[in-house]
Parts: sequence; C-alpha cells; structure tokens
Amino acid sequence: MKRVDPTPAATPTRRTGRTVLLLAAGLAAWIAAYVAILPVSRFMTFRVLGLGPASHLGESVAFFLYDTPKVLLLLALIVFFVGIVRSFFTAERTRAILAGKRESVGNVLAALLGVVTPFCSCSAVPLFLGFVEVGIPLGVTFSFLVSAPMVNEVALVLLFGLFGWKVAALYLATGLTIAIAAGCVLGRMKPERHVEPWVYESMRTKATFEGERLGFTGRVGKGVEAVRDVVGKVWPWVLAGIAVGAGIHGYAPEGLLASFMGKSAWWSVPAAVVIGVPMYSNAAGIIPVVEALLGKGAALGTVLAFMMSVIALSLPEIVILRKVLRPPLIAAFVGVVASGILLVGWLFNAVL
Amino acid sequence: MKIQVLGTGCAKCKQLTANAEKAVAELGLGVPVEKVEDVREIMKFRVLSTPALVVDGTVKSLGRVLTPEAIKDLLRV
Repeated sequence: MKRVDPTPAATPTRRTGRTVLLLAAGLAAWIAAYVAILPVSRFMTFRVLGLGPASHLGESVAFFLYDTPKVLLLLALIVFFVGIVRSFFTAERTRAILAGKRESVGNVLAALLGVVTPFCSCSAVPLFLGFVEVGIPLGVTFSFLVSAPMVNEVALVLLFGLFGWKVAALYLATGLTIAIAAGCVLGRMKPERHVEPWVYESMRTKATFEGERLGFTGRVGKGVEAVRDVVGKVWPWVLAGIAVGAGIHGYAPEGLLASFMGKSAWWSVPAAVVIGVPMYSNAAGIIPVVEALLGKGAALGTVLAFMMSVIALSLPEIVILRKVLRPPLIAAFVGVVASGILLVGWLFNAVL
Repeated sequence: MKIQVLGTGCAKCKQLTANAEKAVAELGLGVPVEKVEDVREIMKFRVLSTPALVVDGTVKSLGRVLTPEAIKDLLRV
C-alpha cells in the first residue's frame, strides 16, 4: 500500500486536506472513465476490430468490452465506500451489539449487521465461537452466518448496476428475510444438542486486542485497502463471468433457456439450488453470468435462486463449520437455508 | 520475540504468513513465524476474525492481510 508521506511536517489537518484533494481527483477520474466506456467499447468493436454490429462475434465482443470496465468500475467505487463504512463495524462491535439481545429482535439485528460487518467464510468458526461465548443464541448466530455472505455489498451493487434498483431491493429484502427466518427456525430446533461439546468448555483468557484508532485519512486508507483486496481478488472471476456471459449473449438464441429455465418449468428452481449449493464463487463472478442468462429468457426467480445458493452456501464453508457443528445441525442449516432460497425462487417466478 | 499467525488455512492466512516472514527476514530478526491452525488454539486468543497477527502473545491485527511494511512497523516498536 502506498503510504501518505509521513514526514513530520505533515500535520493532521494537512494530511486530511491532501486526502480530500486526492479523493476528489479520484472521483473525477472515475466519472470520466465511466462516461467513456460506451463510446470507447463501440469504437473498439466496430471500427478498430471492424466487426459487424449484427454479427454474433460483434455482439459478443461489444458486450465484453462494455461490461468488463463497467462492472469493474462500479465494483471499485462501491468497495471503496463500503470499506470506509466497514471500518466502523468490526466483528467485535457487532458481537457487543448482539450480546444480550432476545431471539426475534436478535435475529433481525444479526441479519442487518451481517450486511455491513466484514466477513470471510474462513472466519466463520472463530466468529461462531466468539458469539456462543458471550451467550448470543445459536439462532441469532445463524441469522448472521446466512446474511453475511449472501447479502453483501458486491451482490447489491452489481444487481443495481446491471438490473436496476428493483431487483437489488428485492434481493436485499428476500435475502434478509431468509436469514431472519432461517435463524428463527434453527433456533427452535434446540441446536445446542448438536454443537461439538468442546465449544462449551470454558475458554477463559483475557481479550488482548485493543481497537485501532482511525482518523479520516485512516478510514479512506481502509477504503483503498478494500479496493485493492476485493477488486484485486475478484477481477479474474469478473472477467471469466463476463466472457461466459458474452458468449451466451452473442451465440445462444433468444429464448433458448426459456424452455428449461423459464417460469413454466417448476423444477428449474430446485435444480438451480441443487447445482448452486456446492458451487463456490462470489457475487462478482456469478452476476455477469446471471445477466446473460436473464437476457436469454431464464426466469428471474430461477436465476436469483441460483445466485443465492452459490454465494450463501458452499462446500468450503460447510467443511469449516463441521469443526464446531455435528452433522445433523449442518444438515439442518443447509436444509433450512436452501428451502428459503427455493421459496424465494418460486415466489419470484409466480409474482413477476 | 514470538510471532504467530492465527488462521484456519485460508488464502488470506497464507498471505499474511508470507508477509510476516518477509518482514522478519527484512528486519533480520531471525525468528520463525509460527502458524496456528487449530481452532481451539486460535480461540485461546479470543479473536473473532482471522487471519490475526500475534506478537509476544498480544493480538496486533485482526481479519486483515497486513503488508510486509505494516508488519515491520509493528515489529519495530
């Protein structure tokens, strides 16, 4: 990470001033780049490469050259701001908020906090144990574990950027509902029976981490760090996703998918969930594929169910959770979440 | 000086370990970077997110992959 020059002469105010200037310059550059995408992509495809606008290859290439920079730019912008927002929400603070909350209220709060708290499925176990330790009910913890990966900023932004605010809002609302409902249902099942016994053995040592103090520049730094981290990691997925999407866009005939991913095929939703659960990808990789599928007649409910099951449940996460949960509870967890996704898929297909 | 990286073996944890090793080498400290992968051992440090960097039993960072430069700053103090 490039450091802001730490010379002794740079007083806090001067550093803040410089950060604001850099921020403004960055935003201006972002807007200029975003506006330029469409003309540049058309120029490249039809003039430089000389492809016909009506040809399959021309359509695929135009789609690829337009969507790639668009998605990456949107991603960078949002991840930056979310990085700043998240510097206010640590797992520790979330735990402190949830500690001592009753079920119901706790489930709703946990699902909401899951959206903004930084989370990686590799931290699922320490987080689970930490929640259990302060007496947060298991059902509430599950609400968090469902919401955190499924309803994340990357998914929301990409849905917003590619399909508009209605689809993004639907995703947010149904994702939160699944997380809340799954936590409530699992909480009723007396899940404590199926937690590995060692979890409840006392782990009393003193907490040793002091929180960091971050100023304005520090938080902007967090944003930059998040962009480097997230965009640096997901760009190959985005590229691959858009390439597949571009292929489908240019070559798959209109309505090809309508027959087996359309509304009329009721079994397409469970099929999408069954295929999606073991798959592991992130929202950034899956959404361009989603866009292309939708464009060719796949029903929105089926496609969203597929996307939710890919990012909310995954084999690696299940393997990690197995360290603390016994198989019956793992099965219940996967089953309840998958059922919720299934219902959402059917609901969308029936209503829209 | 005892340097430990807590993590269940995900990509971020490996990256943090590599960065810590780089920082140690550049400072010429000549101490090993110990990886703590067992969940029960990790929980003894009461961390909620991994990877975490522990220096002499004190948790210095949580849930982040610090750059070698940032780790050097932590080790110098």
